[in-house]
Amino acid sequence: MEAMIARPKVEPRSLPLTAPKMSVEKLDFFYGKFQGLKGVSLNIAERRVTAFIGPSGCGKSTLLRTFNRMYSLYPGQRAEGRIVFNGKNILEPKTDLNLLRAKIGMVFQKPTPFPMSIYDNIAFGVRLYESLPQRQMDERVEWALTKAAMWTEAKDKLKQSGMALSGGQQQRLCIARAVAVKPEVLLLDEPTSALDPISTAKIEELISELKADYTIAIVTHNMQQAARVSDFTAYMYLGELIEFGETDQIFLQPARKETEDYITGRFG
Amino acid sequence: MDNRYRKRLFVNRFNLVMSLGTMAFGMVFLFWILFVLFENGFAALSPVLFTQDTPPPGSAGGLKNAIFGSLVIVATATFISTPIGILAGIYLAEFGKAGLLAKATRFINDILLSAPSIVIGLFVYTVYVMQVQHFSGWAGSMALALIAIPVVVRTTENMLYLVPNSLREAAIALGAPMWKVILMVTLKAVRGGVITGVLLAVARISGETAPLLFTALNNQFWNSDMNTPMANLPVVIFQFAMSPFEDWKTLAWAGALLITLTVLVLNILARTVFRQASVR
Repeated sequence: MEAMIARPKVEPRSLPLTAPKMSVEKLDFFYGKFQGLKGVSLNIAERRVTAFIGPSGCGKSTLLRTFNRMYSLYPGQRAEGRIVFNGKNILEPKTDLNLLRAKIGMVFQKPTPFPMSIYDNIAFGVRLYESLPQRQMDERVEWALTKAAMWTEAKDKLKQSGMALSGGQQQRLCIARAVAVKPEVLLLDEPTSALDPISTAKIEELISELKADYTIAIVTHNMQQAARVSDFTAYMYLGELIEFGETDQIFLQPARKETEDYITGRFG
Repeated sequence: MDNRYRKRLFVNRFNLVMSLGTMAFGMVFLFWILFVLFENGFAALSPVLFTQDTPPPGSAGGLKNAIFGSLVIVATATFISTPIGILAGIYLAEFGKAGLLAKATRFINDILLSAPSIVIGLFVYTVYVMQVQHFSGWAGSMALALIAIPVVVRTTENMLYLVPNSLREAAIALGAPMWKVILMVTLKAVRGGVITGVLLAVARISGETAPLLFTALNNQFWNSDMNTPMANLPVVIFQFAMSPFEDWKTLAWAGALLITLTVLVLNILARTVFRQASVR
């Protein structure tokens, strides 16, 4: 039997190692009494794509939301452990959350264009921390929209409302908005789960291009997506990090039985 | 099976007929009121209304002073109540979601929302009019503002609850401070609804009579000094309609029609122009 399901032998496509951009150390997370994350430790490599997979409720989104302290908005949610970013533990109470979030951008599952023009959607974040003259702002908007593969579609309707775009365009606008403030890390929380396959393909291409400049962490329910776009993959289950490693390794030669079951759809 | 289906059809039709019937019952009275008002009001309508002050009994006159007084009193009340109401609504929806202070505020606001307006009038009469020893337009505006504030608070709060949390989080994720998130994103997303709330509050207070009886009182003459008693449409209507003089009664109908049309226009504006503004 064992021989029947023998997998092709792979050479791990050994990536040039980069220094970890973030390191998570023994992270526990609590929603009130319920423990959402249990002792998670991993490194997010700089200018690489790290994907988080696992069944619903496994804590992957929760983990992502600790990276920019989004959970701090909600009383009753707290994290214990350490997340080191640029040499500092961001879980410390004295962390300036606005500055942290300016450096760690986030794109959400549902497109969330602001109720303003396409131009202002992008300029909004830039204006928070930079006061650019009009021309440079125009350039920045064009740059961000180009990065998000939106410029050709949007250049003639910059003054139109961002809410009038299609779902896929809205999501790319949100990516442009996150890129425009030049963050160091981009967190993508199921960025394509509400989109059609064509928009999904565009966004996946985008992710591959963006990793030249940004460190990216992506949560996805779509395992093919994780396999396609990511360099590293973390499999999580019930708040625990089950397995973490290079994507090829995880998908082709998972070390743990649970990971293999989930990836091959034999889960549960 | 067939019997069951027939029974379901019957229940469906029965309920439809009942609800149509009750709707018709309500509408009959509504249209009756409007019919009587239009019949008497349009007959009394004339340009003189806007050019002459309220007359002594038995002579010709208009409603100029009352129209002006009403406009000034209601506008002042709106200027007082709008910022207070919107800011309080923001506090309740964005900051004090579950706190004790917010709960208490929400509870008191609900009571104020349904408080009889005469009580508000008496309150302003006691704490302001009695102290300064005279009726005034200011006192009228205060009373009306107290009626409008809870309406604006409630609509602002409810509108902000409609903003999906994801939109708030998206703005916060860019590193925006809370006040910018609220002013530039969440409040902007529902500005149409908030403006509608303000307009409906204006519509509500523009017809209030009881609180003005104790506060602005009335004035037979042209007066633009808010520190003295001021004429206003509701009290003039109240006084003139109860009088035995025909020309006063006619003026009362005209005043009633003016208020109704104003409220109608405000409602239409709220429902069309500003409703669309929030979608865009």
